[in-house]
Amino acid sequence: MEKTELLGLSAVALGSAIKSGRTTAVEAMEAVLEQIERQDKEYNCYVTVDREGALKRAGEIQKRIESGELTGPLAGVPVAIKDNLCTEGLRTTCSSRILDNFVPAFSAEAVLNLEKAGAVVIGKTNMDEFAMGSTTETSFYGPTKNPRNPEHVPGGSSGGSAAAVAARECFFALGSDTGGSIRQPASYCGVVGMKPTYGTVSRYGLIAYGSSLDQIGPLTGNVEDCATVLELIASYDKKDSTSIQRTDTDFTKALVEDVKGMRIGIPKDYFTEGLNPEVSAAVLKAAEVLEKKGAVTEEFDLSLVEYAIPTYYTIAAAEASSNLERFDGVKYGFRTGGEEGLHRMYRKTRSQGFGPEVKRRIMLGTFVLSAGYYDAYYLKALRVKAMIKEAFDRAFAKYDCILGPVAPTTAPRLDASLSDPLKMYLGDIYTISVNLAGLPGISVPCGTDSRGLPIGLQLIGDCYQEKKLIQIAYTYEQCGGSYHETI
Amino acid sequence: MANNITDDTIEYVSTLAKLDLNGEERERAMLDMSRMLDYIDKLNELDTTGVEPVSHVFPLQNVFREDEVTNGDGSGDTLKNAPEEKENMFVAPRTVE
Repeated sequence: MEKTELLGLSAVALGSAIKSGRTTAVEAMEAVLEQIERQDKEYNCYVTVDREGALKRAGEIQKRIESGELTGPLAGVPVAIKDNLCTEGLRTTCSSRILDNFVPAFSAEAVLNLEKAGAVVIGKTNMDEFAMGSTTETSFYGPTKNPRNPEHVPGGSSGGSAAAVAARECFFALGSDTGGSIRQPASYCGVVGMKPTYGTVSRYGLIAYGSSLDQIGPLTGNVEDCATVLELIASYDKKDSTSIQRTDTDFTKALVEDVKGMRIGIPKDYFTEGLNPEVSAAVLKAAEVLEKKGAVTEEFDLSLVEYAIPTYYTIAAAEASSNLERFDGVKYGFRTGGEEGLHRMYRKTRSQGFGPEVKRRIMLGTFVLSAGYYDAYYLKALRVKAMIKEAFDRAFAKYDCILGPVAPTTAPRLDASLSDPLKMYLGDIYTISVNLAGLPGISVPCGTDSRGLPIGLQLIGDCYQEKKLIQIAYTYEQCGGSYHETI
Repeated sequence: MANNITDDTIEYVSTLAKLDLNGEERERAMLDMSRMLDYIDKLNELDTTGVEPVSHVFPLQNVFREDEVTNGDGSGDTLKNAPEEKENMFVAPRTVE
């Protein structure tokens, strides 16, 4: 098959082309590696490309496809993995100096699930350091650039994964989402991204940031790919104590073009002055498209929207400060040289190994958990979190799904965000409450602004209602057209 | 700013967090933390009397299992990542004289 045609295929289309013998897993891998070679110096989607390993594994997988052993929809399809998911024998850095030389002895469960299904890992994608950031600019390995316009950020923290999908440097990718880290870069890069219900995908092997909020999910070129990947990575896993046993993970069954009678709620409090008018218009137009297809839309007050960000940053920072205690220069990663005494070594290693945003959140998290402040800050946030969850419960008593923007703007320019952290945090306003309430959310491209930058539509569902989201997103994509084009 | 983070607080928190902040980083940390706490104080607008704090949104229960080794002895592979190792152990700087 000709390279341009091959790179233009969706993951599912490539899987079936390999199965039917029109191309091979090796040809597909060679095509993405060539694409990476040609473009990635500019985009910087990858921290590590496992060139030789990827070609070798592609060859082995091809044999198992030909022998009839591997028959799944993504057998032979090249995948990019966010660099906070452990991959056995392949360097995993979290885009941090402190893990610059870390080579895991095991793979994350989600990665193993993909490999069992025959997907072939290309390499590890760039991210904000320890997933803390919204632009992929806090990476120790330099920023990733948005392939739709390289003067802009790809979003974050899964910016490398989203950009790699948009730049056709992979056929799909895995990311992780703690406060919007899959959905927001998907929106900025014009791809599909989904955060499943908390507990659906095992977090085993995901290097923890905010454990009660973290969830792994797919970044793909279209909704069909998204459902297919999610179906493969969802699993009950005893190694993750928050893993949930579900029997309804046949997500591809929901790829049905029908929204007749579906009740869609549009939160009035999402469409306020902070929202860019072009984003607002594109999102409301998407609602009209769904209405024409038979959905019933209605505006309502979700309430508590402005309290989600302070709640999130308290809880996430607290969990981060605890989770990141393990990076101390003893068991793995970077250790400073020439320090006498254990505690001196800990402090110097961590100070040199972590970047500014990570230190900022560790400091804040340590403070809100410290004696005298725990009740006033941390427990207060956990109480507000309960109220936010109740607000969603009230909404889902009336609606099948909530529709709104993913982010208040399209992708900012490079170097425009990090100088004012609080302002950057405000950009997470529409995504963050979904993590606090453990809900599923999907980001689907719904147009571009006047500068040609992609705009994302967010659909939020009640717990375990991924299928409703997939069905609505798929229906919208079928009539709205996806952003699936080769750069 | 309502939350005035002092030098002493930064010193205390950075000791707890096992971080050394240099002069410029300290100044920045004081400012950032004050601003964030001012922002977080917004939560005090809400009356949360009688609301139970929720750490997990789903009713999670402890999951018990037998303490059996199922993944073999991975100590060799684990130690490969150690900055320093000796006789199948991690080496750390001296802790007591």
